[in-house]
Amino acid sequence: MSKIKCQCGHDNPFGTVLCERCGRPQTEEAKESKLVDMRYEGAARRSQTYKRSIIDKIWNFFSSVKIGISIIVAVLATAAIGTIFPQKLYVAASTEAEYAAYYERLYGLAGTIYYKLGFHDMYNSWWFITLVGMLGTSIIIASVDRVIPLYKSLKKQRTKRHPSFMKKQRIYGEGLSEDPEAALIKAEEKLKELRYNVKIEDGAILAEKNRFSRWGPYVNHLGLIIFLFGILLRGIPGFYVDETMWIREGETRSIPGAEGYYLESKEFIMENYTKEEADEVFGDALERVGMIAKNYQTDVALFQTPEGGLPGSDQMDFVKDYSIIVNKPLKFDGFNVFQMDFRLDELKSMTFQLTEKATESSLGEFTVDLTNPGREYELDNGARVILSDYYPDYDGVKDGEPVSKSPIPNNPAFIFKMVTPAKPEGEMSFVAIKQTLETEVNDYKVKFISAETRDISGLTVRKDKTLYLLLLGGIIFMIGVSQGAYWNHRRIWIQKGSNGELLIAGHTNKNWFSLKKELDQVKDVANLPSYEDRQDKESILQDKEVDKV
Amino acid sequence: MAKAGQKKTRLIIRTIVLLLLVSAVVYTIASKDKVKVLAVGDKAPDFELVDLEGNKHRLSDYKGEGVFLNFWGTWCGPCKKEMPYMENQHKAFEEKGVKILAVNIAESNLKVETFRDQYGLTFPIVIDKDKSVKEAYNIVPLPTTFLINKDGRIEKIITREMSEKEIISLMESIQP
Repeated sequence: MSKIKCQCGHDNPFGTVLCERCGRPQTEEAKESKLVDMRYEGAARRSQTYKRSIIDKIWNFFSSVKIGISIIVAVLATAAIGTIFPQKLYVAASTEAEYAAYYERLYGLAGTIYYKLGFHDMYNSWWFITLVGMLGTSIIIASVDRVIPLYKSLKKQRTKRHPSFMKKQRIYGEGLSEDPEAALIKAEEKLKELRYNVKIEDGAILAEKNRFSRWGPYVNHLGLIIFLFGILLRGIPGFYVDETMWIREGETRSIPGAEGYYLESKEFIMENYTKEEADEVFGDALERVGMIAKNYQTDVALFQTPEGGLPGSDQMDFVKDYSIIVNKPLKFDGFNVFQMDFRLDELKSMTFQLTEKATESSLGEFTVDLTNPGREYELDNGARVILSDYYPDYDGVKDGEPVSKSPIPNNPAFIFKMVTPAKPEGEMSFVAIKQTLETEVNDYKVKFISAETRDISGLTVRKDKTLYLLLLGGIIFMIGVSQGAYWNHRRIWIQKGSNGELLIAGHTNKNWFSLKKELDQVKDVANLPSYEDRQDKESILQDKEVDKV
Repeated sequence: MAKAGQKKTRLIIRTIVLLLLVSAVVYTIASKDKVKVLAVGDKAPDFELVDLEGNKHRLSDYKGEGVFLNFWGTWCGPCKKEMPYMENQHKAFEEKGVKILAVNIAESNLKVETFRDQYGLTFPIVIDKDKSVKEAYNIVPLPTTFLINKDGRIEKIITREMSEKEIISLMESIQP
């Protein structure tokens, strides 16, 4: 690429708007415009410099701010569409066919399209991840392409600029001065008092403050990149676990996502506020709604398989007892187990009575544990009941056989063989809730007496090693935001012209009002010529009116 | 010369940066199933479960033989259908070095025993009481069958009901 040679003799890279050394405009556009575009100090953005290989072309694509904004808009638009119908996570289905059916049934054609395009599982869809990846790429490349030339040009900026550079600044003034030397000395003093960094070179002053605020956007982008990187790490095994487990009182279950760890639920406790203790705080509310929960709690014991232990083996070492309460998770080995949900009163055991139909007399009671039922139940006087088969979730008879639709005791049914001294051969009876079937008329029956229930705790197992990285990203992001928002990069140039006049110019990236206020103070002290803000129409008008008067 | 060198460095740096970013995206897409899923070719996780008679069964005990590892439940219709086929092929393949091991997911002994006797099953049936093996093998639908070769590696994963023909060809595929 050809270099651009400035009148001052400096070689500028292709794409330069303002000479790196003296500030003379280099492009036709810049030469003709009244005001100069000070973005990136008129330095050549790298993307404009090289356009050769395919790699450079891809690079330039991502370096474009327009492309970056288009990607942001695309991410926002797709994310918005993703909220129209519920995400897969919130749909009670387990197979793809069920998901498809769900969206079609509830939302018709729109639902089917939604499902087909993958919006139902958007955060895991390849196109959404690709979009976010492109956003990250755009942030990195666009920042690098701008921050480096900006840093370089601010670092090597000259104190003395060419008058044409001064003249094209938004704030500019020129005028004769009685004693330019003295004015410069006074201006220097005042600028230092206003906490400017002042550089002097050959009858020219460059006063500058808060240059670091220019790095705000890039610091901010760095925070975003760290944040995205943290999210990326979540995909790596061992960094992030988010699982749900349901555990019944008395059960021991392996903890999903935490290999080698087991949890035993001893008890689920749900407490409500009582009338007495609630009076002062919740009295009125309690009257109104009837019940207010005070505590959800699961008492658990944590176990771990010893080193080299195998899944399924009954070798377990006790680790600790703990009461999991909302917001007080069980903690171990980087994992947190939270109390999230509960289901009350699932059937646990049922107690029956063997009765002689004719006399209604009892031959004794027996209890069937619904999770782990026993085979035989010995009763008084040599009578016994044999549990031939058991259907935890009875769902009618199919192909001549009773069927259970799940292993959960939602609707238990039993086939009992009743052996009594009177009928030593035994009588068969099928017993379900509110239903008894007999193949032939029996003399005895099994009568339901009572049931015991137990509660189920819904726990969430979580491990997140990326949390601190996300926090760091967030903090850096906010530092970048405040750095760019609360400080402004201000520069004031004052120099002697060739005929004993003084030129002044000012530039800031934002908050021109404050720059002018400071410049006014310097002007008053040092008797500088008046200036005008050439983008602020009001101030120009006012000046003209003053002139008329 | 200096300029050409610069150009080369620039190309290399840009290529590396772009490749890194692309691989990050590809990796994220590939690892979107956050749970560690067993795949064909992986080593089948070892476990130790107890059968109805109280005998311990370790997967590693079957080293050198093919294992037809079937996860099932008594309440699952398709499981019931394939059980008689499995029983037939268990007899046919036992001498040929392919063993069937059926893992019931956390049901009661009574239920499993009744089922076994009803169908006259003779292959070993173990019960995964605390669902840890289910967790290790990441079982979602029942039945799920893992075909494990003599080196203890997974040859195939079937997550649906199988016909007798299929069972035969699958068992042949892991015959040592």
